[in-house]
Amino acid sequence: MLHLNPKIGQADIEQVATRSGYGQGILDMGEKDNQVVVLTADLAESTQVLDFAKKYPERFVECGVAEQNMMGVAAGLALSGKTAFVSSYATFSPGRNWDQMRVSVCYSQANVKVVGAHTGVTVGPDGATHQALEDVAITRVLPNLTVIVPCDSVEARKVTVAVGQTKGPVYFRLGRSKTPVMTTDQTPFEVSKAIIFREGKDVAIIGSGPILYNGLLAAIELEKEGISVMVINNHTIKPIDTQTIVSAAKKCGAVVTLEEHQTMAGCGSAVCEVLALHCPVPVEMVGMPNTFGESGQPEELIEKFGMGKNAVMDAVRKVLSRKQES
Amino acid sequence: MQNHLPTAGAEVLLLRKEEKRHVRELNTKMQKLSINELKYKANDIRQDIIQMLLTAGSGHSAGPLDMADVFSALYFNVLEHDPKNPEWEGRDRLVLSCGHINPVLYATLAEAGYFPKEELLTLRKLGTRLHGHPHNLALPGVETSSGPLAQGSSQAMGMAMALRMNHLKNRVYIIMSDGEQQEGQTWEAVMFAGKYKLHNVTAIMDRNNIQIDGYTEDVMPLESLRAKYEAFNWHVLEVDGHNLQEIINACMEAKAIYEKPTLIIAHTIAGKGVDFMEYDYKWHGTPPNKEQAEIALRELRTLRGSIQSEHE
Repeated sequence: MLHLNPKIGQADIEQVATRSGYGQGILDMGEKDNQVVVLTADLAESTQVLDFAKKYPERFVECGVAEQNMMGVAAGLALSGKTAFVSSYATFSPGRNWDQMRVSVCYSQANVKVVGAHTGVTVGPDGATHQALEDVAITRVLPNLTVIVPCDSVEARKVTVAVGQTKGPVYFRLGRSKTPVMTTDQTPFEVSKAIIFREGKDVAIIGSGPILYNGLLAAIELEKEGISVMVINNHTIKPIDTQTIVSAAKKCGAVVTLEEHQTMAGCGSAVCEVLALHCPVPVEMVGMPNTFGESGQPEELIEKFGMGKNAVMDAVRKVLSRKQES
Repeated sequence: MQNHLPTAGAEVLLLRKEEKRHVRELNTKMQKLSINELKYKANDIRQDIIQMLLTAGSGHSAGPLDMADVFSALYFNVLEHDPKNPEWEGRDRLVLSCGHINPVLYATLAEAGYFPKEELLTLRKLGTRLHGHPHNLALPGVETSSGPLAQGSSQAMGMAMALRMNHLKNRVYIIMSDGEQQEGQTWEAVMFAGKYKLHNVTAIMDRNNIQIDGYTEDVMPLESLRAKYEAFNWHVLEVDGHNLQEIINACMEAKAIYEKPTLIIAHTIAGKGVDFMEYDYKWHGTPPNKEQAEIALRELRTLRGSIQSEHE
């Protein structure tokens, strides 16, 4: 049983930012394990680690606005037995300290968890400089690194605890704005195990992150048109759940990928790599279309850049027609 | 000799014959060598470096040679460590931030007994544990992966914080180059250590005045290094990087400084010990060929003789 939120599709569904789930998860980890340390680069409050800092000041390391050093310090702590969570905005970390993540963390298999907040255009008014849309691309190419994109605050909390209890380098991304809570405490979560949110047989939507909610809304709408849409929460981009993706493609014969990230080299590309190798089917990709974002309200930006419910429905219809042609 | 070792070339012939040992055999617990013994050890390390670079056919010459005295002092007198138990919790950590001078680290580790000396000749060859730049998962005694400059310094600060959190008194030694001071990350790390008063950190800078493209003050001037570090709340000492007693004294003084991290600026002669390499930035990133290596080794062996006569 998935125990998804029964309010999915309803206007009054609870909305909580994924970063809040991280804030709760890191408190859970602080209590579970006294080797857990948290580092930030002058962003304790907005990355939601302020409560951890107050509760465990001796395990909180304020690095100032210096992300390269922060990543290295985290590696040094990890190589000395600590579990180090690195909290900043994804545009800066891993954006500005990618080399440090590559060598000091991934090459050495240091037990560092890099947490990139403020991802996607839903960062909103801060504009393109602060909207991370490339972070999955630059992390998933790194050997030894696990890459996860939680879909809501509840899942973000589970991700924090799951990776905190496992050795090895991890990157996971968070959003700034409040987004629908699709899962519940009872929904199972396991790294690298994609979750089928909704069964279907005509098209499979495979996506990650809060934007997946638009996939669920599109599936509900399309059902009224007689189109049966499967929706898969592919939260772990790497190592990816090949089995679930391939069996969905075999069953449906067409796939739409969905992410709040450049379609180039993100979750969608990772899915396409699996399909190209194991089960080539027609694919349409919904995500950021090779452009930078801009200032605006989150929902306006999602519409403008073609990641809303209607854009997903269009992609489903398009891939269905390609499936029928082939 | 392990069977996975790559084949060394004909250059192996240059391997020095087994010489009369002037140092006592080391037990698993490192004994502290005398100044005279440390000079011999530094000379051994320099000969190892020349042979390694010749066999590898690529790599850096000047930095490893000029830091041989510092490495001899550290591994055979200053550091608390156990070659038979590289993961010993009570060890001091040495982080080589300027990973490109790794021949001096590898040679010193082998001299100290971390792995067989024969393995030194596998440097940079397929299947080796002695990669072109150090990798902590490949070789015992190597604490971090380093090469991209300044990364070691930040990692060392994290190690120093972890030791403090765990109420352990061991120290963290950073070996940094002078060219590395041009990296922004270096100053992020220096500022961090100043803020947290990481008195368990001793950084030793190889001030040899050269980098790949030329002399440091031409490429991007660094001075005044003392004033810069003092402004970041560090205790700064300057030593002759070839005077073993001065190096050891400075390391001891650093241990006694409680409120600040310590920087020891080791003024070194680039390529020290090999006359035609000394002071010349062209040897920063170049290995000797066979003829040059023969000259260098002859010189080092002769130098060894002069050390002997000096003290007999």
